[in-house]
Amino acid sequence: MTSHIRSSRSQSREMLDALSPEEHRSLAMVVGMAAGDQKQVRRSDAPQETSEARPASNIKERGETLKEDLDRIIDEIDEVLEENAEEFVKNYVQRGGE
Amino acid sequence: MAIPKILGTETEYGIIGYHDPNFDPISRTLLLINSYQSDVPLASLWDYTQESARFDPQAGSLDEIYDISDQPDPLSINKVLPNGARYYLDHAHPEYSTPECASVRDLVCYEKAGDRILEQSCFTAAQAFTDGRQILLYKNNSDHKGNSYGYHENYLLDRSTPFRLFVDQFTPFIVSRQIFCGAGKVGWENSTEPAIYQLSQRADFFETEVGLDTMVKRPLINTRDEPHANREKYRRLHVIVGDANMSEYALYLKLGATAIVLGMIEDECLPRTFILREPVAALKAISRDLTCRQPVELDDGSTISPIALQWEFWAAATRYCATHSVEPWSLDILQKWEYVLCHLEQDPLSLARELDWVIKWRLLTSYMDRHGSHWDSAQVTLLDLQYHDIRREKGIYYVLERNGKVERIVTDQEIDLAVDQPPSDTRAYIRGMCLKKFRRQVFSVNWDSLAFNLDDGDIKRLALEDPFQGTKAQVAEAIEASTSADEFVATLSAL
Repeated sequence: MTSHIRSSRSQSREMLDALSPEEHRSLAMVVGMAAGDQKQVRRSDAPQETSEARPASNIKERGETLKEDLDRIIDEIDEVLEENAEEFVKNYVQRGGE
Repeated sequence: MAIPKILGTETEYGIIGYHDPNFDPISRTLLLINSYQSDVPLASLWDYTQESARFDPQAGSLDEIYDISDQPDPLSINKVLPNGARYYLDHAHPEYSTPECASVRDLVCYEKAGDRILEQSCFTAAQAFTDGRQILLYKNNSDHKGNSYGYHENYLLDRSTPFRLFVDQFTPFIVSRQIFCGAGKVGWENSTEPAIYQLSQRADFFETEVGLDTMVKRPLINTRDEPHANREKYRRLHVIVGDANMSEYALYLKLGATAIVLGMIEDECLPRTFILREPVAALKAISRDLTCRQPVELDDGSTISPIALQWEFWAAATRYCATHSVEPWSLDILQKWEYVLCHLEQDPLSLARELDWVIKWRLLTSYMDRHGSHWDSAQVTLLDLQYHDIRREKGIYYVLERNGKVERIVTDQEIDLAVDQPPSDTRAYIRGMCLKKFRRQVFSVNWDSLAFNLDDGDIKRLALEDPFQGTKAQVAEAIEASTSADEFVATLSAL
C-alpha cells in the first residue's frame, strides 16, 4: 500500500515537472512559495513550507494541548447534554428524506 | 470553457419535538416556517410554471434519464426570504435553500445564515406553546436507525460539456472527498458492513452509481436536470452524496475543491480518469477507514488510496489554476486542500480543529476516556446527535466554537448580514431586494422568475434566466429610485 502511495505521489510529481517555466512561476505564486524554486513547489516535500502548516514536532504538543482543553470543555458539555440520554436517542426517529 | 460557478446548497434538517406528545413533523415544520418573520405574509406563491418534467437531449447514452421536478403539492409551503433564500417543507423535514452565490465564502455565510434562521424559528415557535414544548432541529443526515435525509450541493455548469464526462471523472472525486468533508458518524446502518465510527453520515445510504432518485436507491451521480436557468446554456449539477457540515472549514473546502474539479472537467484538464471498479462499495469502504490510506480498486486492476486520489486531483487543480483564468478564491482553496491532505497523510487526528469527522472523533474519545463509557453507550450516541443541534447554547459543535476550538472561515457579523441581505452579485439580489421593497406587490417567485401584481391588476412576470443578471450593479439604482413595483417594472422596461 505504502509503495502504491509513493508511486501515485511520483506520478503527481511527474505531472508537475512537466510544467513549462512560465507555468512554474505562476504555480509557485499559486501555492504561495518562492518563484522558480522547483523543489519547493512540490507539495509533498515539505508541508511546513506552506503558510498554514506547522512543523511535525508541534503536532504531538498540539494534540496534548487539545486534549487538556477538551477535558475542561467536557465539563461544559456535561452541563448542556440532554438528560435521559437513552430515552432521548431512542426517540430520535426521522422519516426518510432526500 | 468552464463558466464562472454559481453555487448553492439545500439542507434538510432532522426535527423532533421536546416534551411534545402530539409531535408531528409536518405540522411542526409548518409552524416553524410560519414563525419566521411572521409579519411577512405567505401570500407570495412559489411559481411552479417553470418546473416540469424534462428530457435531457445532451445526456447522450444517458438519454433515457429524465427529470422529475418539484410538483405543486397542496401541503407545500414556501417562504421566500429577503436574503434570496427559500425556506419550505420538504416531505417531513424543514428545508432551507441558500440564494445563488458567486463565491465559496459567500455560500458559507448563506448556509450558516440558514442555521440561524431555523434557530430563530424554533425560538419563536416555542413561545407559541405555554407548556414548555419545543421543536429541536439537527443539521445531520441520519437518525442512526436507517433513515437518511439530505444535504445537496448545486453547481452551475456549461451545458455543452457531455454529461458522461461528469459521470466518469467526478465520481472518483466525490467518492474520496469524504476524507475531508465527512461529518462523522458512530455505527452503521442500512444493512451495511459493521463499523464503530465512520467518516461519513451518508455513505451507508448510496446504492447505485447514476440515477434520478434522491429518496430510494440513491445514486452517486444524480441526473436531475433542472437548471433553473437558460436550458440551452446551463446545467445545474445536483450533488446529493455529501454530508451537511457543522465545520465552516470543511464546508468551505468541500464547496471550493468541488467547484474547481468541476471547472477542470468542463475544460477537459484532468490528465487521467480514475475509473473505480466498484464506486459504491468504495464509498462505503473509504467511510470506514479512519487512516484514509486503505487502497480501493480501479478497473484496470491497480489500486489507489483515497489520499492519493485526492493528491491527484489537487495536483491537477494546482496546474489548472496556474494556467487558467480562475475564480480569485481558488488559490486559498488550493492551499487549504494541500494543508489538509498533508496532515491527513501524517496524522488525521491533527485536524481536530478543521474537519468535522476528526473534531467529533476527538470529542467522543475524550468523553469516553473521561467517563469510562464505550462506543455503544447512549451518551456517545447522544453526543454524536447533539453535535449537530443548531441551537448555539446547546449544540456541542457550538460549545467547541465558543471555546475557540474550531477553525472559522467567516465571522458572526458576516453571517448576521447574510440572514438579512441578499448576495450582491447574482440574481438573488433582485429577488431579495424586491421582496424587501415591494413585498406587497410580489405575486410569485421562483429561482428564475419574479412576478408583480401591478396597480392596474396586471401581472407582470420578469424572467431571470441568467443567474448573473439582476445584480446590485445592474438594478440597485432602479430599485432605489422606484416607489412601487409599477415604477420599477417601467424603469427596467426602459433599459
